[in-house]
Amino acid sequence: MTTSARRSSLGIFSRLPVRRIVLIVLGVIITVAAIAGARATLATGQYSGRVWQDLFVQGLARGSVYALIALGYTLVYGILLIINFAHGEVFMAGAFTTLFLAGYLSSSGFMASQPVLSLLIMLAFSALVSMGVALLLERIAYRPLRGAPRLVPLITAIGASLFLQYTFRGFYGEQVRAYPNIPGLTGDWNIFGISIDRPRVVVIGAAILIWSSLYVFIERTKTGRAMRAVGEDREIASLMGIDVDRVIVITFAIGGALAGMAGILFILLFNQASFDMGFVPGLKAFTAAVLGGIGSITGAALGGLVLGLIEAVGPILFLSGAGIPSVGQLTSVVSFTILVLVLIFLPGGFLGAPEEKRA
Amino acid sequence: MKLSRLLVIVAVLSLVAVACGGGGGGTPEECEADEFGCVTVAAGEPIKIGTLLVITGENQTLGLDSQAGAELAVDYWGDNAFDGTVGQIAGHDIELVNEDEGCSAEGGTAGAQRLVTDTQIVAVIGTSCSSAALGVADKIFGDQGIPLVSPSNTSPALTNPGTHNPFYLRTAHNDTIQGAVVAEFASQELGAASAATIHDGSPYAEGLANAFAAAFEEAGGTITDQVSIQTGESDYSSILTDLATGGPELLYYPIFVAEGGLITQQAVENGSFTYLAGSDGMFTPDWIAAAGAENADGVYISGPDLSQLAGDADFYENEFLPAYNETYGEPTSVFHAHSFDAVNIVLTAIEAVAIEDGDTLHIPRTALKDALFATENFPGLTGTLSCNENGDCQQSATIGVVTVENGDFSDYVYSATKGLEG
Repeated sequence: MTTSARRSSLGIFSRLPVRRIVLIVLGVIITVAAIAGARATLATGQYSGRVWQDLFVQGLARGSVYALIALGYTLVYGILLIINFAHGEVFMAGAFTTLFLAGYLSSSGFMASQPVLSLLIMLAFSALVSMGVALLLERIAYRPLRGAPRLVPLITAIGASLFLQYTFRGFYGEQVRAYPNIPGLTGDWNIFGISIDRPRVVVIGAAILIWSSLYVFIERTKTGRAMRAVGEDREIASLMGIDVDRVIVITFAIGGALAGMAGILFILLFNQASFDMGFVPGLKAFTAAVLGGIGSITGAALGGLVLGLIEAVGPILFLSGAGIPSVGQLTSVVSFTILVLVLIFLPGGFLGAPEEKRA
Repeated sequence: MKLSRLLVIVAVLSLVAVACGGGGGGTPEECEADEFGCVTVAAGEPIKIGTLLVITGENQTLGLDSQAGAELAVDYWGDNAFDGTVGQIAGHDIELVNEDEGCSAEGGTAGAQRLVTDTQIVAVIGTSCSSAALGVADKIFGDQGIPLVSPSNTSPALTNPGTHNPFYLRTAHNDTIQGAVVAEFASQELGAASAATIHDGSPYAEGLANAFAAAFEEAGGTITDQVSIQTGESDYSSILTDLATGGPELLYYPIFVAEGGLITQQAVENGSFTYLAGSDGMFTPDWIAAAGAENADGVYISGPDLSQLAGDADFYENEFLPAYNETYGEPTSVFHAHSFDAVNIVLTAIEAVAIEDGDTLHIPRTALKDALFATENFPGLTGTLSCNENGDCQQSATIGVVTVENGDFSDYVYSATKGLEG
């Protein structure tokens, strides 16, 4: 990694600096401990196959939401090399605003007669609101700073994040509000012999659909190609006649729309909106983006799903066998330990570019 | 030359200062003797009582309700009428100084520190949440000799001899009582044989969950699991899946509005628990809104039973509540009566120890604390208050259990009175 690698007589480790060896040893110790913990948990026999199945589906569902939000981080990073820390608030803006539309649809009886159409309307509305917020954010907070050192937009992003949170608190108040239940989405569906909560099925299905459309858009369309070109090298792309500003605006619009739709999927799972609902999912999604390799859209999806699964299954699998009480409280400890582990062995995340190529 | 003249001036000034401070100026000897001195209220100045309650954020309904109770008490004091005129002691208006405690240790620290900067504060009504008081606000006020009287802290730890601060009292029930009543309700009324508990790490929730678990096991039930959760998350479904493997009939989660709402929703979705129950931290319409009415229906919630007020029920129904409704609308929580009582025992104690000196009033701090702890058979709205040496003024309490029907709290479905000792 660095030129200051010390020579030593450790055979295959001889090219690695000591720091790296220490990290790898640490990684191996944690991995061994995790495997031992998992064996101990499975040996207790306390958890049936049905429980693991449930946990797995729960993890996939929340991972799908993380994945969609993570796409927003990764798209913007891929093109501008900045972390849009206000993205969690873009997500909140759509989900929280749509609460009022949902309330109207529900009280007018439209939701009861047309649940599928209602859900689509909510998705579209939330996507539009989030897209609007993302575009404003780009225009007001980021565009004036194009070309500034990368730390500057980062600080702006944090400021914008707080600004948006408290603006929405001013709009809608600080109470936690529940969405009306969407009829037809209670109870289970039987899929491949497994009964799964209906909202989870919808969330996982919708996330797959949305992600695939994005993938096709980026890989197959002219605009998608332009986005990839700008991500590769902004200056050359502009020399080739690509309108860089337009591409950046499109990127923010797509990221915003994805966050808005993720907001509604989040609501399907958890049913609650509040002004600070974007903070934790935003942080988790950013983690997912890093885990998958920031800049890669497949990586964002993979990172989101892996993080969701680790959160749902990890604490019980790795820790409960070791006799640790209240493992659920240690969810973040487990997921961030895994993040550190992955970054030790794969510094660029699962599918990230090797470090030298970036920045 | 100049230096010596300066020295003379300094010497003269200090002589004057000593003379004034020395007793000629009229500080009574009670103040000299008092470890924390006196609050001296000059002529025409108000007597300041602080409130430190959760008045913003998702749990604000709890604190605003208590604040309303305190304001009504100040109104009622002296003229025994809810007429909007503030009460007086020896010709001094009583003034409330309101601060927020945010239902957290950090919020409690910040709010308490803001209040102690005002040296005229005689006593403080608060906090709402046990987490804002335990080891935080109780210590900050105690260090300044300011009594802290809580209308709604219920964590047993606050009045445990080991952790009790000498300046802390409360008119709220101790959760050893509430835990025992919920356990009795669960095992006898619902017939639940097993239960699991969830708390959020706050002293209130942990204390109550443990009190419940101890009483439930004593009644012959099985506790399958006791877990704590991290607040601020959204997905507790894997924790619930884990708990469900123990097969508990009842899930008891005496936590607060946001997480309480999520767990209600996700536990209903999970479908493995026959009964769900929470406590006063969720006893507000905001929790029903957060959970969604469909999910909240059928959940049991415990809290002080105001329909069985051991005090003056007639006064509560016909005078207090109408006055409350007129100014503040429907009560949003169940501790306004405790807050009313808290202010009244404080004012009664001030009246007993205050030393009138012309138009000036001296209130010795330690004497005030001693007077509060000496409260005996005080006829309060919530019952007869007698404060013990650990600061518990509610020697017995009537705890009621309600359920949710069509998105509204029902009438009490169960109610029991228990004493602090056993």
